[in-house]
Amino acid sequence: MQNQQEINRLKSIVQSLLDEAKQQGATAAEAGLSQENGLSVSARLGEVETIEHHCDQGLGITVYFGQRKGSASTSDLSPASIKETVSAACSIARYTSEDSYAGLPEKALLATEFPDLDLNHPWDIGVDGAIALAIECEDAARQYHEEITNSEGATVNTHQGIHVMGNSLGFLQGYISTRHSLSCSVLAQRDDSMQRDYWYSVSRNALNLESAADIGTKAAERALRRLAGRTLSTRQCPVLYSAEVASGLLASFIGAISGGSLYRKSSFLLDALGSQVFPEFMHIYEQPHLLAALGSAAYDGEGVATKTRDLVSGGVLQSYVLSSYSARKLGLQSTGNAGGVRNLTVTPGALDFTDLLRQMDTGLLVTELMGQGVNMVTGDYSRGAAGFWVERGEIQYPVEEITIAGNLKDIYKNLLAVGNDVDYRGNIRTGSILVEQMSIAGE
Amino acid sequence: MELLNLARQTILTPYGIQDGDIEKIMNRLLSSPVDAADIYFQSSHSESWVMEGGIIKEGSHSIEQGAGVRAVSGEKTGFAYSDRIELSVLLEAANNVKAIVRQGQDAHVGLVQAANRQQFYPVANPLKSLADQEKIDLLRKVESETRQLDPRIEEVIVSLSGGHESILVANQDGSLAADIRPLVRMNVTVIVVENGKREQGSMGGGGRSDYRYFVEQDRGLAYGKEAVRQALVNLDAEEAPAGNMTVVLGSGWPGILLHEAIGHGLEGDFNRKGTSAFSGRVGERVASDLCTVVDDGTLPGRRGSLSIDDEGTPTEQTVLIENGILKGYMQDKLNARLMGVKPTGNGRRESYASLPMPRMTNTYMLPGSHNPEDIIKSVKKGLYAKNFAGGQVDITSGKFVFSASEAYLIENGKITRAVKGATLIGNGPDVLTKVSMVGNDLELDSGVGTCGKDGQSVPVGVGQPTLKIDGLTVGGTSV
Ligand SMILES: [Zn+2]
Repeated sequence: MQNQQEINRLKSIVQSLLDEAKQQGATAAEAGLSQENGLSVSARLGEVETIEHHCDQGLGITVYFGQRKGSASTSDLSPASIKETVSAACSIARYTSEDSYAGLPEKALLATEFPDLDLNHPWDIGVDGAIALAIECEDAARQYHEEITNSEGATVNTHQGIHVMGNSLGFLQGYISTRHSLSCSVLAQRDDSMQRDYWYSVSRNALNLESAADIGTKAAERALRRLAGRTLSTRQCPVLYSAEVASGLLASFIGAISGGSLYRKSSFLLDALGSQVFPEFMHIYEQPHLLAALGSAAYDGEGVATKTRDLVSGGVLQSYVLSSYSARKLGLQSTGNAGGVRNLTVTPGALDFTDLLRQMDTGLLVTELMGQGVNMVTGDYSRGAAGFWVERGEIQYPVEEITIAGNLKDIYKNLLAVGNDVDYRGNIRTGSILVEQMSIAGE
Repeated sequence: MELLNLARQTILTPYGIQDGDIEKIMNRLLSSPVDAADIYFQSSHSESWVMEGGIIKEGSHSIEQGAGVRAVSGEKTGFAYSDRIELSVLLEAANNVKAIVRQGQDAHVGLVQAANRQQFYPVANPLKSLADQEKIDLLRKVESETRQLDPRIEEVIVSLSGGHESILVANQDGSLAADIRPLVRMNVTVIVVENGKREQGSMGGGGRSDYRYFVEQDRGLAYGKEAVRQALVNLDAEEAPAGNMTVVLGSGWPGILLHEAIGHGLEGDFNRKGTSAFSGRVGERVASDLCTVVDDGTLPGRRGSLSIDDEGTPTEQTVLIENGILKGYMQDKLNARLMGVKPTGNGRRESYASLPMPRMTNTYMLPGSHNPEDIIKSVKKGLYAKNFAGGQVDITSGKFVFSASEAYLIENGKITRAVKGATLIGNGPDVLTKVSMVGNDLELDSGVGTCGKDGQSVPVGVGQPTLKIDGLTVGGTSV
């Protein structure tokens, strides 16, 4: 009830922004407001290290004068500031050009159904509870092995936010969501080799977080297994991306089929709609209405209804990722992706992680990637990597200070398998991915 | 005095906050036995304009203000912030953060003005340095002249952005320091196409200056020319080599090597905690004796420069490595106190809503004695990397990467063919020990660097002369 009151209060502020825009002569407008509160507590070496109380708010407005557009934002929600912010946006619209593709989404595409997506689960942990949990998590890591010699600590985060958006087509909606996480990062040391690694769990509902002990233990195991890493000689070999880094391969794919890259022709997947981008077994789809999932929302950043839909089926690209603007530029219809994809899912294959190692037989297991190293125009890919050398399906030793390179178009076409070891912690849900061959550079 | 009053007027006056109110908040913080406390007020205005597809496509304006309140006891920090600059809100925040220490005491501190500090940039609002119409005209001019440079150009995107930030920081000793910081940036990206093959090139610059900087010396047009040149070079680029080889790095922006390979590893927090590959190594050799590396926040008008850091400490030139020997770390107040050294003016924060940490300002290597041409001539087979995109480092293992965006093969002392961009990877504590030649052509970057750490972004600068490194792994595809 109190929540609904707060949403209504913020809705009235958004409405006053839209009204002010109209008052100042805008022919159309879109506004958003968010308010977030949170607590972040970290402990290091068994004691509390930082306690941070978060409290953020901000509003933004985009106004249209015909086909000209201007935007402004502020963190000050006072009536005077609202007036000023709208004026700033209107004044900018005097200088921007007529852009025949600019404007609000088509009314028919706006969301009209607003199911409860189960995103709001406040965590009443309190500062003392958070300190205790962080210490428990870090303890589990530090006590795991004598070679865990140092720590960057464990952190508990809990946030609740209200997000309201509206436009001059009459759309005015808001929802409350929570996000909680527990993470731990520790150092392992043996002789001259020092390595750090971490693990974390994140969820809308604190009850679904992995236990503090499990998170600490995994962080410790991950740091330990990297000790005494070596480089590899330069070679070509198969590469297995573990689930937690495989999502990066998909993120580049989404970047390449996003409207902005397409209409700028700065994508390596221009004109790929309807063509075979991945092997036949690949099925990639969006699930924006999953209950309590991190990427869920009933509407996109412009109020357009989100839909469960295929992006790739049978390995063939079925649809782009479009906002209203990029859709108009391409002569297509918005796909409800202003602000990106939501719970992008790769249908898992039959193999688990161990099976994938066996299928690869001899090659590189990558567990960490460094640097940007992706040219979105050409698909050329070259990134720093660390992981493990695998022979006969068994991990042999840790490797570091190497790069892996190829071209994403080839990498996608030559995927051999996707595992069923799905990492659910992000907006892209995939299992480990086995790539037929990449160039490894080392000593 | 002038500066302090200007900052007061900008940040506090609109909300009716007086010095006496700041004293009240500080005394509330100090009513627990803390080692340090500060209150940070900030107000910033920023804007950006984008020209694309031949039209002025987007413009936006943003106002952000708020205050952060911090109390530190030993290694423990309590922190709260609010975008409402109101006495009651900030007193409540002070109550929350001093709970980091549980006992109470009486405190009284009165505010005094911090010592005057030399300013390394103008206080005037850069957003007002050109009329809006003049900003648009500048964008149009750069766009149209760039577009005419080559028939293979398909798209030109020009962006212009500026910010004006005022800060006030009150410390537990009662000192009140202020800074007013301008920052401008222009960027040109082009996409070229030839026989169905596409490439892009990008160049930009700026600093703590105003928009006239891009008009002077036709800098804006020069960014366009450079972006086109890079794109066309890459159009003809062949597969990059893979493996360990001699690498010659160009002067200027390739100094991102220093930022990633050693800069982050020399930040005080990691070294106090013993988590850096450089921990406990002061006085040891970490580079060849040709290498002297400094972090310098006092360079006039540079993107990474600050008159005072975000804790009120005057910035300085800090020698990190002298003739190959590690001399010291970059410090904020907390880590300096815990390590028993002086703060170096490197305490920076993204905004009032985040905690300060030791961060770099402008990090560069001093020039050596070699002609850049002689450095190239000395290489039988290797890579000449002239331009870079971003980088990243694992400060514990010391492994770092940075990605070349323009590179050439060196064969028998001559630059021969352009090769595609590739990631270079190395080990921070080793890489500078392999520096065998240092050019006499020190150059700082054009003013485009942004550094990320723990989710906080701050503007930084880098620079170096041409460098020869006897062995770095190049991540190409051609084995
Ligand atoms: Zn950095």
